[in-house]
Amino acid sequence: MLEIKDLNVFYGAIHAIKGISLSVGDGELVSLIGANGAGKTTTLHAISGLIPVASGSISLAGEDLRKVAPNKIISMGLAHVPEGRHVFARMTVEENLRMGAYVIRDQKLIAKNLDMVYAHFPRLKERRRQMAGTLSGGEQQMLATGRALMTDPKILLMDEPSMGLSPLLVKEIFSIIENLHKTGITILLVEQNAKMALAVADRAYVLETGQISMSGKAKDLAEDDRVRKAYLGA
Amino acid sequence: MKNNKTARSYLVNTLVIAAAFILFQVLTGLFGSEGDFKLVLVPSLWQCCYLILLAASLNLVLGFLGQLSLGHCGFMAIGAYTAALISLACERAGVFTDKAGLVYILIIFGCIIAAGLLAAVTGLLVGIPALRLKGDYLAIITLGFGMIIVNVINNLPFCGQDGLSQGSAAASLYKTGLGFGSKAKVTYLWIALVVTILCLTLMFMFVRSKYGRAIRAIKDDEIAASASGINVSSYKVLTFTYSAFFAGVAGALYACANSSLSTSSFAFTNAGILNSTFVVVMVVLGGMGSLTGSIVAAVIMFFVNYQIANGSWVAALPPFLNGVFKYPMLVYAVVLVIVIIFRPRGIFGTYEFSLTRLPEDVKKARARRAAAKAERKEAVSHG
Repeated sequence: MLEIKDLNVFYGAIHAIKGISLSVGDGELVSLIGANGAGKTTTLHAISGLIPVASGSISLAGEDLRKVAPNKIISMGLAHVPEGRHVFARMTVEENLRMGAYVIRDQKLIAKNLDMVYAHFPRLKERRRQMAGTLSGGEQQMLATGRALMTDPKILLMDEPSMGLSPLLVKEIFSIIENLHKTGITILLVEQNAKMALAVADRAYVLETGQISMSGKAKDLAEDDRVRKAYLGA
Repeated sequence: MKNNKTARSYLVNTLVIAAAFILFQVLTGLFGSEGDFKLVLVPSLWQCCYLILLAASLNLVLGFLGQLSLGHCGFMAIGAYTAALISLACERAGVFTDKAGLVYILIIFGCIIAAGLLAAVTGLLVGIPALRLKGDYLAIITLGFGMIIVNVINNLPFCGQDGLSQGSAAASLYKTGLGFGSKAKVTYLWIALVVTILCLTLMFMFVRSKYGRAIRAIKDDEIAASASGINVSSYKVLTFTYSAFFAGVAGALYACANSSLSTSSFAFTNAGILNSTFVVVMVVLGGMGSLTGSIVAAVIMFFVNYQIANGSWVAALPPFLNGVFKYPMLVYAVVLVIVIIFRPRGIFGTYEFSLTRLPEDVKKARARRAAAKAERKEAVSHG
């Protein structure tokens, strides 16, 4: 579904992403783990066109994403849940979700997708008239995810969904991610919480200072000594 | 269903305004059109019309999009000069000889539209590079634009000749066919009102549309907006351009309502009513994100300004206080500070006044007040 080859990204003179290649297959949940500053968020931003790419190719279902304007990428079935729970604080929950479907014109489709999102997140339905700014951190993360789902995307990019949440909420968010995956949505998940990320993923890549140092089945990586030492604290 | 409601709301509000206008005309017809009416009320209405347009159009950028622009009067200057120059050209070409008749009225409307269009084109050209910046940087660059445009107009050869001003030496607008005298202002008052209502309707339609929702989303969170597939930078430029159009129209009305045109009246350092800070004060006072709030605030600020300049009570004040009012900017700064302290959301906040919704809103406000009262009572009874 998503295919990245030899991706290079520079921030001024700094070579942030040094020729990484990765792929996400149909219906797969792939995790990208690594420490602070390894280039995880940068990789996601490069995929959704938010930052310029120096060289390499990014293709979604065979189409070259580098040639598509960032605001058109969402119409191609790629949705991005940005890091740090960006919600429209002064809009209600339902208005937030409707903004997520901004590129869709068909009202019936919007209503259908809204029902689908409410089915995934009953909590959002309870609070649909509430201002998004008054939601708790976990609910805001759900809302950001729900908003991305409003276009019924083929692939979902999730950036640090566990950031700043209590351990209990982290568990809840990850169980939601697992459920989404079970319904057939392809997910590329970026996480610092390597333990949880490896527990839910099919496959994973380990990113270190802009390069992929290891990759393989999530289960194998979770048992790998180097990964355990570096990321799992064992 | 929802669309019907909106259409009905537009219709009812417009009809009520039209009825008020007719009533006004009948009353003034009954009580004559001399004296205060002709010399004070009608010129005041003209001034209110362009101030309302100016404040409402800046509100699109400042209140709805959330970007601080300090050069709004620059667009107004462009509009005023465009209207005056076109009208002058028509007058010279002999398209109209006396200031009456259908052709003349069509030319006035043509001038108004052209003024808006040229201001919008300038807004587009300024907005494309400027809106890459945010906050203070955008404020400074738009401030610079406001200053530059004044100098550009001063130095354009065709602005300095024949009836238009060079520098601060004001020259008569009357020759150009605009610059209505007090009689023409009474006759053509309907033009100002029609143009203002039409422009306000267009602005209301804009903020209620898909584009309006998008720019409010951008104001709330740019990252989330772009993640939702909104092209943030092009929507910003679009709003800026749209807003500049109405500032240009306000400029054209200004050229109709004043006897002379001088770039210094649009300059940032102008101590009078028409500098970009004054417009920002109007928007903040009315409520950022409420067009009806801007209308109310423009009228209030006009009244304050009028009183400072012409009120007999000012002259009667002791010399110390009287001196303060020689510097109106000081008064506006104090007004702004008071608003920010006591009602940071402005008079209306983001509330939009509508006659069709009024009963509902009154009911809601009453319920809120009753709830607050009950809460207070409870707090008291619990000690």
